[in-house]
Amino acid sequence: MIGLQINQVDFSYFDGLVLEDINLSVKAGEMVGLLGPNGSGKSTLIKLASGILKPKRGEIRLDGNHITSLSRRFIASNVAVVPQQFHIPFAFTVSEVVMLGRTPFFRALADESEDDRQVVDNSLELVGIEELAERRFDELSGGERQKVILAMALAQQPKLLLLDEPTVHLDIAHQMEILELVRELNMGRGLTVVAAMHDLNQAALYFDRLILLKEGRVWADGTPQEVLTEVGISEVFAASVRVELHPLTGAPHIVVMPRVKATKPH
Amino acid sequence: MKRRNKMILVLSLLGVCLIAALFLGSAFGAVSIPMSDIGKMTLNKTAIFDFPTTWTAAEETIIFQIRMPRVIGGALVGMALATAGVLFQGLLRNPMADPYIIGTSAGAALGATIAMMLPISLAFLGFGLVPVAAFIGAVGTVFLVYNLARVGGKTPIISMLLAGVVVSALMASIMALLITISDRLHLSLQSVYSYLLGHISVTGWEQLAVIAPLVVGGAIFARFFAFHLNALSLGEEGAAYVGVNVERDKIVILVLGSLLTAAAVSISGLIGFVGLVVPHAMRLSFGPDHRLLLPAAALGGGAFVIIADLIARTVMAPAEIPVGVITAIIGAPFFLYLLRRTRKEYAF
Repeated sequence: MIGLQINQVDFSYFDGLVLEDINLSVKAGEMVGLLGPNGSGKSTLIKLASGILKPKRGEIRLDGNHITSLSRRFIASNVAVVPQQFHIPFAFTVSEVVMLGRTPFFRALADESEDDRQVVDNSLELVGIEELAERRFDELSGGERQKVILAMALAQQPKLLLLDEPTVHLDIAHQMEILELVRELNMGRGLTVVAAMHDLNQAALYFDRLILLKEGRVWADGTPQEVLTEVGISEVFAASVRVELHPLTGAPHIVVMPRVKATKPH
Repeated sequence: MKRRNKMILVLSLLGVCLIAALFLGSAFGAVSIPMSDIGKMTLNKTAIFDFPTTWTAAEETIIFQIRMPRVIGGALVGMALATAGVLFQGLLRNPMADPYIIGTSAGAALGATIAMMLPISLAFLGFGLVPVAAFIGAVGTVFLVYNLARVGGKTPIISMLLAGVVVSALMASIMALLITISDRLHLSLQSVYSYLLGHISVTGWEQLAVIAPLVVGGAIFARFFAFHLNALSLGEEGAAYVGVNVERDKIVILVLGSLLTAAAVSISGLIGFVGLVVPHAMRLSFGPDHRLLLPAAALGGGAFVIIADLIARTVMAPAEIPVGVITAIIGAPFFLYLLRRTRKEYAF
């Protein structure tokens, strides 16, 4: 288990701040969703937390250590990232792709060990894709590929899992499978999870804590009930919505109110 | 275990091909010398064996002073170009990448052409001015391209490819200018042309003593980066997520690939096709894992160039065809056969 602290972080790609004065503390074992409109800085925040972008100001700590003082190899053996999608140009098989998750544990010329193979098999099994092991990655469907990428991330045996809109290109069945799996790993193994999410209703269902970003700043931070309010969503997304507690799930449910009627009047 | 067995099998097979090519290349030429004699005279050199001499002194001179240096030179050129091809295709994630893609060829050609114009002769470790200038041209161009593409502490792949194309175009037009006014510059078009098409010119063992450690050492060193090259297929961000220090690896792979290419072009001119097609052929045949791909391409590339060079100097003897012409003439149909044979779509 590993915690994440983001203190007074500013970030800009060129000019104009993408993130401004971000203060967040994620405790070990939490499952946190990042919400916000396109361009609000969700993905950038995930990249900062993974260490591949450096803040312009402020500091990011993994379990108390400055992320800038940690090597890529060390970060990768504690933190795994699942992006929206990966394009892999070569004809690797699924188990070869999952084995890439063992990269931080390899030594230059040494071969992969029995241990590494065991971890790969376990990861495939956890995600429920053992039967895909020898298939070629580039021939899988989008949903299957995303499961492989999740298995690869799990092969890193991370303590912190970062996801950047992991379900955005998937059909609903695959979306649910991925999110439920992540939730199970969080509850069963205490894996700390931070995920940028685009679907507010899904975020309400699976996350303990949500953080709403607007124009690079934290706008709200709390439980789904606290964050997903009609006023908040209308303000941040500039959309007219109704929020009610769903009778079946008990979670806040957001309905977007159309400005134009879908059916023509008679 | 399965993967390990496959690796041993494939590499032994290619190793045997390379050794067979070395013998074939040594045996044929203006005079044919039986391979058994070549084996015996080579073993006699070790001072452990003492086979009776069934060959003439002239034959021994031909083998040791002319053919073997050339054949081994060919093997080293093939090894260097194929390894560099794998490195560049893996790093740039680009199927069109070859050892020449970011300007090594243009730099080497310009360097060699300028050297041909200069009324200076020079001998450096057994090399004349042309190979030295080609080497400097190749390495210098990559250094220039890398620095031109560098922005804010990073060198994006796309910028590097574009800078490479533009710098190459610039150098190519300078070349064209030099060729246009060649008679005023006392530049022999024949030698420029021969350099551009590729021609293995090894004048003796002294050159090989410099090139061999560079190429063999480089090919072995490349193998250290096999895991990282595999990870780089996830892209720069993806590779970083699984623990690769991408900017550092980029420099190491680039320097290594350029040195290998520069070593090759200094003794062979611009042999095309090898660095592009041998890596693809190996990937189609044995899969994309760089742990196998790197040594397989090195061995396969070596054998391929020896055979191409053998054909180049024998089919129209005593005239010699540029070896770059042969690599394409035999390489293209073979590659197309491999491409058509695979029932599945070739993923790149």
